[in-house]
Order: sequence, then C-alpha cells, then structure tokens
Amino acid sequence: MFFHWLEKNPFFFAAAISIVISFAGLIEIVPNFAKAGKPLVDLKPRTVLELAGKHVYMKDNCQSCHSQMIRPFKSETDRYGDYSLSGEYAYDRPFLWGSKRTGPDLHRVGNYRTTDWHENHMMDPPAIVPGSIMPAYKHQFTNIADIETAYAEAVTVKNAFHTPYGPEFQRTRAAWDAHRPKVLADAKLIADDMRNKDVKEAVANGEVPEIVALIAYMNSLK
Amino acid sequence: MQSNAALEYDYSLAKKFTFLTILFGILGMLVGTLIAAQMAFPELNYLLGEYGTFSRLRPIHTNTVIFGFTVSGIFATWFYLGQRVLKVSIAESKFLMVIGNIQFWLYFVGALAATISLLFGVSSSKEYAQYEWPFDIVVVIVWVLWGVGMMGLIGIRREKALYISVWYYLACFLGIAMLYLFNNMAIPTYFATEGLGSILNSVSMYSGTNDALVQWWYGHNAVAFGFTVPIVGMIYYFLPKESGQAIYSYKLSLLSFWGLMFVYLWAGSHHLLWSTVPDWMQTMGSAFSIVLILPSWGSAINMLLTMKGEWNQLTDNPLIKFMVLASTFYMLSTIEGPIQAIRSVNAIAHFTDWIPGHVHDGTLGWVTFMIMAAIFHMAPRMFKREIYSRKLMEAQFWLQTTAVVLYFTSMWIAGITQGMMWRAVDEYGNLMYSFIDTVTVLHPYYAIRALSGVMYFIGFLMFAWNIYKTMTAGKELTQEPQFRTPMA
Repeated sequence: MFFHWLEKNPFFFAAAISIVISFAGLIEIVPNFAKAGKPLVDLKPRTVLELAGKHVYMKDNCQSCHSQMIRPFKSETDRYGDYSLSGEYAYDRPFLWGSKRTGPDLHRVGNYRTTDWHENHMMDPPAIVPGSIMPAYKHQFTNIADIETAYAEAVTVKNAFHTPYGPEFQRTRAAWDAHRPKVLADAKLIADDMRNKDVKEAVANGEVPEIVALIAYMNSLK
Repeated sequence: MQSNAALEYDYSLAKKFTFLTILFGILGMLVGTLIAAQMAFPELNYLLGEYGTFSRLRPIHTNTVIFGFTVSGIFATWFYLGQRVLKVSIAESKFLMVIGNIQFWLYFVGALAATISLLFGVSSSKEYAQYEWPFDIVVVIVWVLWGVGMMGLIGIRREKALYISVWYYLACFLGIAMLYLFNNMAIPTYFATEGLGSILNSVSMYSGTNDALVQWWYGHNAVAFGFTVPIVGMIYYFLPKESGQAIYSYKLSLLSFWGLMFVYLWAGSHHLLWSTVPDWMQTMGSAFSIVLILPSWGSAINMLLTMKGEWNQLTDNPLIKFMVLASTFYMLSTIEGPIQAIRSVNAIAHFTDWIPGHVHDGTLGWVTFMIMAAIFHMAPRMFKREIYSRKLMEAQFWLQTTAVVLYFTSMWIAGITQGMMWRAVDEYGNLMYSFIDTVTVLHPYYAIRALSGVMYFIGFLMFAWNIYKTMTAGKELTQEPQFRTPMA
C-alpha cells in the first residue's frame, strides 16, 4: 500500500507533507497579490512625523485593543464613518487592522477627534471617557520619538517598493539632515495646539515627544 | 506496543526542555493572569510604569506561552518519544547530542532576549510574529537545528516505519518553517540606508491587504502547526502508552493526518471575513473551516475510541483523565472555530471577547492539559521516581477544569453581549449604545475571567510543585513502568 511505503521513506514523506501544505497559500494569496497591493488614486504616503507616530502606535501596541477596519455594516458606518477600502492600506507596512476591539475602531479617528482631545485623553482616559478601562500613556509626553528611524523607513519603502516619496528622500545622512527641519515644523504645528508646556519646550529645542508624533498619526487616520 | 528494556535512552535533553516548559509556563501564565485582571481592574496597569500596560504585556503573554511554553513542550516530548518510537538512543550519535545542546542554549537565551525586547516595545507588530528581525534569525537557527536533529535521529533509526507521532512532529517542523519564513520577510531599514535610525527596525515586504493575508495565513496556521499538530502527535503516543491500549483505527489516523495537512491552511482567511480581502477568499476560508471539523474530530474520536472498554481507567488514573479531557476540549474548540467562521456568526463574534474565549478553551483545555499530562507521564521514566502526589494531581485537575469552564463561558457571554450591543438600533434606526456602554457592561465577565486565570495559574503551580517534588522526593523506582504511571 502506498502509505505503508511512504511511512518507511522519510524523505518522500516530508516531501509529500510539503506539497500538501503549500497548496492553500499558492492558490489563496499569490494570484491576487498585485491587485491587492494597489493604492487608491490619490493616496499619499505618510509624512515622516506620521510614520514616527505609527512607530509609537506599534511600540505601545495600540492595535491589541483598537482595530483599523470598518466593516461594511450600517452599525459600523454609523459609528465610525465610511467602510474601509483595500486601496487605503496600500502603503501600510505592516497593516494594523487589529483583531480585537476592546476600544473603538480608529481607522477614521482623524475625522472626529482633535489634537487637544487626544492630549487630554492619553494623559487620563477615564477623565475624558468615564468608565474607560484604557490605561494612561503619560510616558509618551516625556519619551522622545525616533524620527530618524521613521525617515530611514520612508527611504527604504521608496527604494524597495516605489512608494511615492519625493526626490529629496535619499539614503544619505546629509539628505536626512536636510529633511529634519521639515519634520520639526510639522511637529510644531501639532505642539501649537497642545497645552503641555514640557512638550512645547521639547519641540522648540528640536526634539519630538512621542505624543506629538502619535497625534500626528492619529490625525492622519481619515 | 512492546517495551524495549534492552535500549537505554538518553533523557538529558528531554529533561532540560521539561524545565523550560515549566519555567516559561509559569512566566507566560503569570503575565496572562495579570493582563486578564487589568481588563477588570484597570489600576493594575500601573505596576511597572511604561512597561506594565496591558498593551505592552499582551504580546509577552502570547509569545511566551506559544514560543516559550508550547514550543519547549514540543521539544521536550520530541526528545523523549522520538528516541522511543524510532528505537534509537540520541546518545548513539555525538553529533546529534551536540546539535541538541546548541539548540537548547540558543533557544533559552534567544527566548529570554526576545521577551525582553517586547517589554521595551521593540515589535514588528504582527500578531504572534512580533519579534524583530534579529530575534527572527535566532528563531530560524533554532528551528533548523531542531530539524537537523530530527532528520538525523530518523536517519539512524532502527524501527523502519515512522510511528504516527513522528508524522505530526515532522509536519510541525515543516509547517512552522514555511509559515514563519514567509510571514516575517522584512527589510531592516538601518541597512537599506546609510545607517540611519535604529538597527532593530524593519519594514514588512507586504503591504495592507496582502500583509493581512500573509499574516493570517501565518497566524491561523501557527495555531495549526504549533497548537494542534504536535499536540495530536503527543496524544497519539502518550494515551496508548499510559492506557496500554492500541490506537483504535489506523485508517482514521491516516485520514485525519492527511486531511488536516491539506485543509488547515486554507482556513486562515476566516480571520479576515468582512474585511477588504476579496470575497472569494473569505468564502474559501469559511468553507474550509467547516470541512476542518472532519480531520479534527477524526483524531479526537480516534483517541476516545482507543479507550473503548477501558473507561474504568478514567476513575483509577488521573493521567487518563487529563488526556481524555484534553481530547474533549479539542472537540469543543474545533467545532466552535468553524461556527465562528460562518459569515453571519463572524459579523457578531469578530473583534469581541468570544475570540479569546475560543482560543483559551483550546490552549488551556487542550494544549496545556496535554503537555502537562505528557510531563506527568515522562517524569517517572526520566527521573526514575514515582509521581510525588496523586492527591495533588486530582486537586489540580478539578481546579483547572473549573477554571477553563469559567473562562470560556464568561467570554462567550461577554463576546455575544458586546457584538449584539454594537449593532443594536432603536425604532428610528439609530445606534442604541455609545461604545463605552459596551465596555462597562462587561466588567463582571472580565472579573470572572480574571478569577479563572488565577485558578488556572494556581493549578499550574501545583503541577510545577508536584514535578519538582517527584524529582527530589518521589519514591525511587527500580524498574521502568510499562504502561500506567506509578504515583503515591
């Protein structure tokens, strides 16, 4: 019998397993790959500050409680806005859809929350939303965001995947030094809308607290 | 199954990985219990400053129980039963011993380092694949070493036909290798530029919808090849060994094995129902999830029927109780999963606590019960001593069984309540509840779940204590027990 033979020939056994388990991936993922990666026509990649904010989002693992995927149900579009489209995520590496909504969806949070709302909320969530079980993220007001890494990521995706960043995005340190003031200018726009003195001071001194980058990212979620 | 007294097996590696299984089990379950309590009592988020929030700790819980506890358990049982079913001692080959020891130390140090990196928020953020690229490389090396060791042992075997358990361990090795490699493909940004920014940061090779597809093809099947395949491999060895009964049906084993191999991987896209993934993929995921009941229940029924006519052992031997309950929870979990994969059910269940509820009846009831049973069976044979206390084992069994039941029932209620409240509308079609209403209503269920976590954790400490006392104070055995594990 074939199976008895197979059980005595480990090499062919392993080969048989490998073939049988690879079908699904080949048929489900590969054929649609190019199409699923297409961006919406007017989709813009995130700025360096927003990317740095996305890193803060990932560092504090916000996606363990918040989704970024509005499903096509009336109850969801009423609550969060238009349902999500594949092309909106085309520059998201990694995707941050999440798998659990302990807190609300955030895919269009930029449409209905403001900088000062986030500032107050991240400092003390239950004070803004009574009954909230979300912890405060006070450390984001003092920790400094890593904008250089965000820039490196923008350059990497531009070169590797043709994400449409401008010609000024280059691999060199000189290019980064030239771009840095632009990031700080963006950060100042956010800090201007905030109350926290230490945050304003840090930005004035050329540093970007994590909270500023995070709010820039949240405001870009529309 | 004949015993083979002539051959002396080398259990040094099995012992080492058994210690790690217990160590990582305690660590992972402690963190799990803490984060469960945080959802009921949010003040507990502030025990460790920035490092103690739910969001920071959750990946530590998941990764430690998966890549720490479960994988150690897989390695420990492999280094025990691999030798026995292949009828060869690993000590017969110096090379295999060296490889095995390198694997152990690299794995131990790597797992600790990766856990610490998560505490500091170094994370690629894909679920159950959060480790950043340097740790991914360590994982790959450890996995390859295990593969080389496994193939090597198979290469020098005396028993020509591979026993069923070996099929499953082989599949575990191949499956995880394929999934882990493809899902973690990323470019380190430091090396793609002139050394700009953090050396640890990397960017995924896939974007958006594609990234989601690859991730859940991985995420679902990491469960398949980590939490199902090797655990089935364990029960195929330990249940017949403990009960002295032959496997009920070879044909059913064959059908279940190849069925599981073929069907499981298709089901990944059921994690993405109602998302922006194309409809036909979602439908495939749903349909194959239903088909998956067949091979899953095939294995479970094969196990239960193995006990045919021997059900009295259930009352005499607590170890049989552990394994039969594990099979039962496996059946519960593998019928619940397909139900959740039906579109209309998924619309309510997705994003709610029903999902962690489902995961935990599988992991607590099936995976952990089976791994603990395996260690209870191996300990007297590895340490040549009786199990220290049967009473403690019985108490642990009932405490943990109650804990699992409390866990999933509370999460069923919580999940369905929340799913229904999100979509509830009044007579004019307006949403009835603000989001926070759907959070505060869950407090009692979160509290019950936290309690169940504490109970399960205490049960695990009882297990660890029992094994420790077995090693140090159990009555010495002169002869290796053939079937039933001796206990005081």
